[in-house]
Amino acid sequence: MSEPGTARLAESDVVHVAKLARLAITADEVERYTTQLGGMLEHFADIDSLDLSSVEPMTHPLPLSNVMREDVVKPCLDRGEVLAASPASEDGRFRVPPMAGEA
Amino acid sequence: MSIPTTRSTSDFAGVIALAEQIRNGDRTAVDVVEEHLARIDAGNPELHAFNLVMADSAMAAAATIDGQIAAGNPVGVLAGVPVALKDNLCTHGVETTCSSKILQGWKPPYNATVVDRLAAAGAIGIGKTNLDEFAMGSSTENSAFGPTRNPHDPSRVPGGSSGGSAAAVAAGFAPFALGSDTGGSIRQPAALCGVVGVKPTYGTVSRYGLIAFASSLDQIGPFTHSVADAAVVLEAIGGHDPMDSTSLPRPFPSVSGVLDRGVEGLRVGRITDLPTGADDDVNGRLDAAFAALEAAGATIVDVQVPAFTFGLTAYYIVAPAEASSNLSRFDGVRYGLRVDAPSTGEMMAASRAAGFGDEVKRRIMLGTYALSAGYYDAYYGKAQRIRTLIAQDFAKAYAQVDVLMTPTAPTEAFHFGDKGDNPLSMYLCDLYTIASNLAGHPGISVPYGVGDEGLPIGVQVLAPALGEPVMFQVAAELERLASK
Repeated sequence: MSEPGTARLAESDVVHVAKLARLAITADEVERYTTQLGGMLEHFADIDSLDLSSVEPMTHPLPLSNVMREDVVKPCLDRGEVLAASPASEDGRFRVPPMAGEA
Repeated sequence: MSIPTTRSTSDFAGVIALAEQIRNGDRTAVDVVEEHLARIDAGNPELHAFNLVMADSAMAAAATIDGQIAAGNPVGVLAGVPVALKDNLCTHGVETTCSSKILQGWKPPYNATVVDRLAAAGAIGIGKTNLDEFAMGSSTENSAFGPTRNPHDPSRVPGGSSGGSAAAVAAGFAPFALGSDTGGSIRQPAALCGVVGVKPTYGTVSRYGLIAFASSLDQIGPFTHSVADAAVVLEAIGGHDPMDSTSLPRPFPSVSGVLDRGVEGLRVGRITDLPTGADDDVNGRLDAAFAALEAAGATIVDVQVPAFTFGLTAYYIVAPAEASSNLSRFDGVRYGLRVDAPSTGEMMAASRAAGFGDEVKRRIMLGTYALSAGYYDAYYGKAQRIRTLIAQDFAKAYAQVDVLMTPTAPTEAFHFGDKGDNPLSMYLCDLYTIASNLAGHPGISVPYGVGDEGLPIGVQVLAPALGEPVMFQVAAELERLASK
C-alpha cells in the first residue's frame, strides 16, 4: 500500500509530538509512526473540502455548563489508601525524582 | 420466516429470569453464582473473557443475599444476579487495569457509581473483563494481557473494545455485563458475539469511576441476552449522579414498560446515503429486518444523513485528542507503573513508554499532534464542526422518522490478525456506530440471525437523544421477529 500521507508529516514532527506527549520513543517507532500517522492524516483529507465556516463547533453533546455542587464538607478519598496505591510516597505526599535542572 | 441460528446463547438464563428465581426462593444466589463460576472455570482459560475472576467476594455476596431473602428482608431488583464488569470500571480494592501494563496491579480507592448502583440493586460482581487497552480497539487484540476469543468461534475476535464483556455474556459466564462505548465499543462486540448491547444517551448513565478515554463521547451500557434484560439493567444504573458533572439532572427514561407495544404506526428510517462497506450478508440481514418490521406494521422511510460519512474522520480526531489529554494522568506519579530515572521528566517519559501499548501510543501521538500549535483549527476545530453537522442532519432525519436502522458492524467476527498492520482498516469496524457517539444519541445492537459464515449479525437501532423508549420498543419487536 502506498503511503501518500508521509509527505505531510516529517520524522521531526513525530519526535516533537512525542516530546509534547512525554513519550520516550525509539528510532524504529519514529519511523513507523511517521508512516502510520501520515497515512491517517491523509485519510482525514476527506474533510478538507467541507466549508464549515458557518457551522458552530460542538464541544459536548449536552447543553450543561458550570455544574456546581453544594458548598458543604463531605467525606473524600482516604489519603493513606490513595498514597499506598502510588509508586512512591513519603510524609503524606507523592514522591518523585528531582525536578530541578530540567529543560 | 425462519432465521438460521449459530451456537445459541439463549440456553443461558437471563437477568430477569434469574432475579425472579432467586427472589422466589426457587434457587439460591449461591447456587447461581456457583453455576456461573463453574462455567468460567471450564471456559475462561480458552476464551480469556476475564482479566480477573472475583470468586471469593462473589460467593460471600451471594451468601449475604440468600441470608436476606431467608430472613424475609426486601432485596434489590437484581438481587443475586452475577455481573461481569469491564476492567476500566473502578472497583474499590479490586485490581482495575484497563488491560494496560501501566495500571497492572492498581487497586482503586473507590467504586464507579455504576458499580455502587449495581451492588445496591443486589447484583454480584463476578469478574473484570478484558478489553482493548484503554478501550482503544475493535477486537481486544490490543489488550496487554492477550486477546479474548469469540465464544461462537474461538479462532475469531469477539469485537471490541468491550470484547471480554460481550464474550462473557455469550459464553454464559455472566447473564449480563457492563461495557463502555466511545465509538461502538459496546454495540460492535455485542453484534459479533450475538448478544444485545446498548449505548444509552450521553449523560444518562454516570461515568464517575469509568477511566476516561474520550470524555465527550464515552458512555457506559449493558450487554444482555435480551432487550428486556437490558432495559432492567439500564433502569438500575441510570439517572442523575452528582459525582459526574456531565450527568443529566433527570431519571433514566422508563423503558421496561414499552417493550410489548409493537411497531404499528412507527416510522423506521433507512439511510440511503449511508457509507458503503458492509458485507453483502450484513446488508442482507438488515434488509430482512426492514421487511420484517414493515410486515409487523412499521412504515419504512428513506432518509438522508449526509454528514454520517464524515463521522469516521471526526471521531479519529476528537477521540485521540481527548485521549491524549485524559491519558496524561498516567505519568508514574500517583498510580501504576514507574520506571526509575534520574529526573521526573525522564521518569514520566520512560514510564509511559514502558506502560502503554502500541495502539495507545499511536492515538496519544495523533491526538497530541491534532491539538498542537498550528493544527488545532485544521483538525480538532474542524472535527467539532462536523459534530454539529451530524447532529443537524440527524435532527432533519428524526423530523421524518422515529428511529433509524443500520448495520451494527460491517462484517461478521473476523479472524485474529485479519486487520494486519494498517490501523485504518481496524477503525472501519466503527463505521456505523460512531455517528451516534458524536451526536450523543443512543443506539442498540440486536442479534438478527447469522451471516454466510454462520456467525452472528447485529442490526443497530438509533434514536434521538433521550429516545430510549421508542428505541427499545423497536428493538424488542426486532428481537421477537428474529426468533420467529
